[in-house]
Amino acid sequence: MALLEVNHLNISFGGLHAVDDFHVSIEKGQLYGLIGPNGAGKTTIFNLLTGVYKPDEGIINLDGQDITGKSTIDINKAGIARTFQNIRLFHQMSVLDNVKAGLHNHDKYSLFTSIVHTPKYFKVEKTMNEEAMKLLKVFDLDKEADILASNLPYGKQRKLEIARALATKPKLLLLDEPAAGMNPNETEELMDTIRFVRDNFDMTILLIEHDMKLVSGICEELTVLNFGHVLRQGKTSDVLHDPEVIKAYLGE
Amino acid sequence: MEKKKLNKTTKSNLITYGMVLAAYLIVQGLIAGNLLSNLMQGLLVPLCVYIILALSLNLTVGILGELSLGHAGFMCIGAFTSAAFTKATMDTFTNAGLRFFIALIIGAVCAGIFGFLIGIPVLRLKGDYLAIVTLAFGEIIKNIINVLYVGIDSNGIHFSMKDQMSLGMEPDGKMIISGAMGITGTPRQSTFTIGVVLILVTLFVVLNLINSRDGRAIMAIRDNRIAAESIGIDITKYKLKAFAISAALAGIGGVLYAHNLATLTALPKNFGYNMSIMFLVFVVLGGIGNMRGSIIAAVILNLLPELLRGLSDYRMLFYAIVLIVMMLINWAPKAIEMRERFLSRFKKKEA
Repeated sequence: MALLEVNHLNISFGGLHAVDDFHVSIEKGQLYGLIGPNGAGKTTIFNLLTGVYKPDEGIINLDGQDITGKSTIDINKAGIARTFQNIRLFHQMSVLDNVKAGLHNHDKYSLFTSIVHTPKYFKVEKTMNEEAMKLLKVFDLDKEADILASNLPYGKQRKLEIARALATKPKLLLLDEPAAGMNPNETEELMDTIRFVRDNFDMTILLIEHDMKLVSGICEELTVLNFGHVLRQGKTSDVLHDPEVIKAYLGE
Repeated sequence: MEKKKLNKTTKSNLITYGMVLAAYLIVQGLIAGNLLSNLMQGLLVPLCVYIILALSLNLTVGILGELSLGHAGFMCIGAFTSAAFTKATMDTFTNAGLRFFIALIIGAVCAGIFGFLIGIPVLRLKGDYLAIVTLAFGEIIKNIINVLYVGIDSNGIHFSMKDQMSLGMEPDGKMIISGAMGITGTPRQSTFTIGVVLILVTLFVVLNLINSRDGRAIMAIRDNRIAAESIGIDITKYKLKAFAISAALAGIGGVLYAHNLATLTALPKNFGYNMSIMFLVFVVLGGIGNMRGSIIAAVILNLLPELLRGLSDYRMLFYAIVLIVMMLINWAPKAIEMRERFLSRFKKKEA
């Protein structure tokens, strides 16, 4: 059984059929790419998977659990975390606190403990700090733990967003254009990080990307979208050499 | 690295507590040395009330990131519920200290419950809309209390929104709230010391909350609602928590205020929206989200009109100038740059 199983997914906005009969099946541990021209419906699919939009039709199954139509919060608890195309960090909070906010549903204590700072507060906060620092170290952000998230350079903000998503301990990680705005060196580094996350966190990753070097470099399978419907699906090398895909997306 | 960070916030919090304590000791010294006029001494408890309200509002504005213009309303609820309790139990409950403590709890809890109930519909709104609706709720609370008649007799408690007669009380009955006349004849129990203790309690609650799981969730919502939702933070729940706590703290301010007066009435001057605006001025001038700043702003803006009394006619002119100067120092980009440069030099020396 695949980790993520999506069938007959449909959504319309007014007269626009943004996603038309989308289907995908992603195995555990896979690095899966979602590509397509602008406006093809890639981010809409992410928003459907994370419950920002409710689908008109279709079934989303995560690890045998039906999550169709659930709220964003419940879907995150069920095991899907994401990053955003336009970075959405908690700008006025420190880098460390951004990740600790991601641990919100894992290291818990009551409101009373929050206000009075009982011994339990110090115990749980200590575990949180350790877990968060461990994550920051993976992304080479541990030296910046104290500074405000808004003061990080662009590339590091992208990494922090991934770290925060991972802090929620997801089964499936959705990355929306992680390499957008990065130079070739940063992209190279990002590819290593994504591979590292997959291997060390035992993660399944679905990513949207326009950077063909990144896509062909790390994705094992691809789905190409065009005008809301699936154009091609399969092994990366096969898909990228498909004449129809080249015509629709890559250009002849 | 993380140790150092913890120390930094703890240190900053300790400075804030220390500042309040130092101010308390200085004022006590001045009183002992007979250097403080009666007029100034009379201003001390209201000053504590304003500081508590500024801190409570800063929790909503600075940490939750929503504009509330109804804080005088929550203060009003705290004031009237606690004063009503004191008035009703004055003859039977002789331990004045314990009675005040229970009145304090009642005032805070009632204001918190109202904050919660009002928050349910109101917090669905954002920005200007939220501000206007909270303003309306604040006024509604004040106006309802203004026409509320409550009396107690051997049959229990009677309510009316019409007049005293319609309560239909037994001859042995006692009025608690008499409409526009408010609550009269409550003992004046608030002292400067109690005020400072309550400021410290408020500070303790707010500063601890900021540095906790709940505080992080609240600030995450403030910084980016969509991202907060994506990492599994329940937006409504944490907004309500913050709003209710903020209202409860405003209630504490109200209790202190009520027990500083022999007669408590719900006038626009006490609990009207201009009061709420004044609290907002403290918060904005002191720095949104900056608790220490709120305290300093409340102190300066309260004492200033009194200190400038010698200038008679020019008093309000100077007040306005100080407002503008404080605003510039706090928020003008060049001033912030200069301040940071100055502070960084200071820090280097320290290292």
